[in-house]
Amino acid sequence: MAYVETPPTPAVAASKMVTNGRWAGYRHLLGARMKELWREPEVIFWVFVFPLLLALGLGIAFRNKPADITTIAVVANSHAQQVIDLLQRSPAKTAIHADVLDANVAFDRFRLGKYALVVTADDSGLHYRYDPARPESVLARTQVDDVLQTASGRNSPLKTEATQSSQPGARYIDFLVPGLLGMNLMNSGMWGIGFAIVEMRQRKLLKRFVASPMRRTDFLLAMGSSRLVLMLIEVALLLGFGVLVFHMRVEGSLLAILLIGALGAVSFGGIGLLTASRAQKIETVSGLINLVMMPMWIFSGVFFSYERFPQIVQPAIKALPLTALNDALRAIILQGETLSSQAGRIIILAVWGGVSFLLALRWFRWT
Amino acid sequence: METVVSCRGLKKTYDRKVEAVRGLDLAIQAGECFGLLGPNGAGKTTTIEILEGLLTPTSGEVEILGMTWQAHEQELREWLGVSLQETRLSEKLTVRETLELFASFYHRPNSVPAVLEELSLGEKADALVGKLSGGQKQRLAVATALVGNPKILFLDEPTTGLDPQSRRQLWDIIRQFQQGRGTVLLTTHYMDEAERLCDRLAIIDHGQIIAAGTPSELSARLSGHHVVEFALSDAVNDDGVWSRLPGVQAVRNEDGHFSLQVEEPHETIPALLSVVQQKGARLVHLTTRQASLEDVFVQLTGRHLREE
Repeated sequence: MAYVETPPTPAVAASKMVTNGRWAGYRHLLGARMKELWREPEVIFWVFVFPLLLALGLGIAFRNKPADITTIAVVANSHAQQVIDLLQRSPAKTAIHADVLDANVAFDRFRLGKYALVVTADDSGLHYRYDPARPESVLARTQVDDVLQTASGRNSPLKTEATQSSQPGARYIDFLVPGLLGMNLMNSGMWGIGFAIVEMRQRKLLKRFVASPMRRTDFLLAMGSSRLVLMLIEVALLLGFGVLVFHMRVEGSLLAILLIGALGAVSFGGIGLLTASRAQKIETVSGLINLVMMPMWIFSGVFFSYERFPQIVQPAIKALPLTALNDALRAIILQGETLSSQAGRIIILAVWGGVSFLLALRWFRWT
Repeated sequence: METVVSCRGLKKTYDRKVEAVRGLDLAIQAGECFGLLGPNGAGKTTTIEILEGLLTPTSGEVEILGMTWQAHEQELREWLGVSLQETRLSEKLTVRETLELFASFYHRPNSVPAVLEELSLGEKADALVGKLSGGQKQRLAVATALVGNPKILFLDEPTTGLDPQSRRQLWDIIRQFQQGRGTVLLTTHYMDEAERLCDRLAIIDHGQIIAAGTPSELSARLSGHHVVEFALSDAVNDDGVWSRLPGVQAVRNEDGHFSLQVEEPHETIPALLSVVQQKGARLVHLTTRQASLEDVFVQLTGRHLREE
């Protein structure tokens, strides 16, 4: 031990000796991680830009059109003009657009989906061609038939009245944005932790780090914290985008949203760490990450409700971490639920993250 | 003399089959530059990584600065500077950021600007690591080891793949560290590097030390301090005539290229010329040189250092 007492005489002329505090390593690791992410254009695109493009594209494609125009074809013959006249006379004429076409052209375009319905009028009456598998086609048949019958003098024996109701909160975009947020937290947790760590292992950078006095817990903490910083940006961007562009209404408290977001980010960070615990090559870990994420993309209700899957698999779907995250986000954002009402989902997320993290620590290879 | 790094009976067996290190003893003195010289796969990297505390030996003991890895890992890490073989540092950080990151791990590091200056990386301080040349990257790797203000520097093949100028620059850096009373342990498969840089050497082959000493002691160990190399125009009936020439200690024939280890070239060469004449052959090549570490290695193992 005698050697330690003698002061070192370094090769480098150290006129200004620095003394580092307990958290210097952690701060620098976190700073380095953020700089690396920021300088990687792909990361910026996939984490921040891509989800917004997806929300924009899907939001526009599936927007609720205020007055959906039904486009139909009327087969050109001596009775065609009669049909057009009846349609013109109806109060619903703006909702129906009719083209008069030759029979083969009309049927051809119907087959390609350009027309929802083909109407053929002859001496015996009207003939509709529609496709029972296409919702807009079924709708068009009822709508057009109703219009034509009423214009021809049909009376409705039952008096009805209807009130229109289309509020923010029930639209597809409202369903979509929390789902995209959940998916984004999963993607960036898995890639940002799992892939990044295996890449460092492959570069022997992890080994180089553990050859220094760096605290291993500081390294893992820094990776986790970088996820939380990104989570803040992801939530702000996606929710802000929904509110500004699609006039979404956020019902729940922002704090609850951020806490669930943080839990989701950390939980998927833990799962990412587990997938990365032993893999030596980025090819291996890429496969593993996709294998883990693929079922959740499909089953966890990102783009459509998982209620469409058979009843028997519902419990399994609800036990998936992304399902829990998406459901909790939707409940808070869309229904204004409190955190405590989401306890079950919070526990599911915490168990996934916690168990993965503990297993990862057990199996983790630094070299 | 004070021993700062020592190991006894070091063994490392991978997967219970591959014996990478087979019983190795080393004692490295404070302030010296000690080299582990050997061909690829000799066990150099395994040995140095055990000493660095990155691998656990199958058996044997390691002591560094009077401490062991089991009992004093965190403290030892503060005193060691390590440069691994082929670490690819993060390409999206600048040189300065990389050094500041590594400095932040140590309790009392060297100042980053001073290290940048000392390793001639000042001009590149704000360049991204990804934009550096091979030599600059290697200097940065050594800088990350020096920035912790170490007492002992471990360098695993620090100059492999570098151009001559970059190699000399690194040698200067290592000597400078040594002048500040630092101790260096490096591995290499370059003869000239071992001869010029190291105070003492251990030649390793198949996980064992086959010779150790100062470079001049090792060369002197060759029976015969000079080497005469020649080649003939035609294949000659070799009836052991070469080993009977005056002063010849050993003969080696590699596809018609002969090398003789001799005590005194001026006694051997005239006799060699007359034998060639008697045989009716013609010399196409004749040189003489001082015996080198390469010859030591060839004599000890029957192989060249750089052979695969």
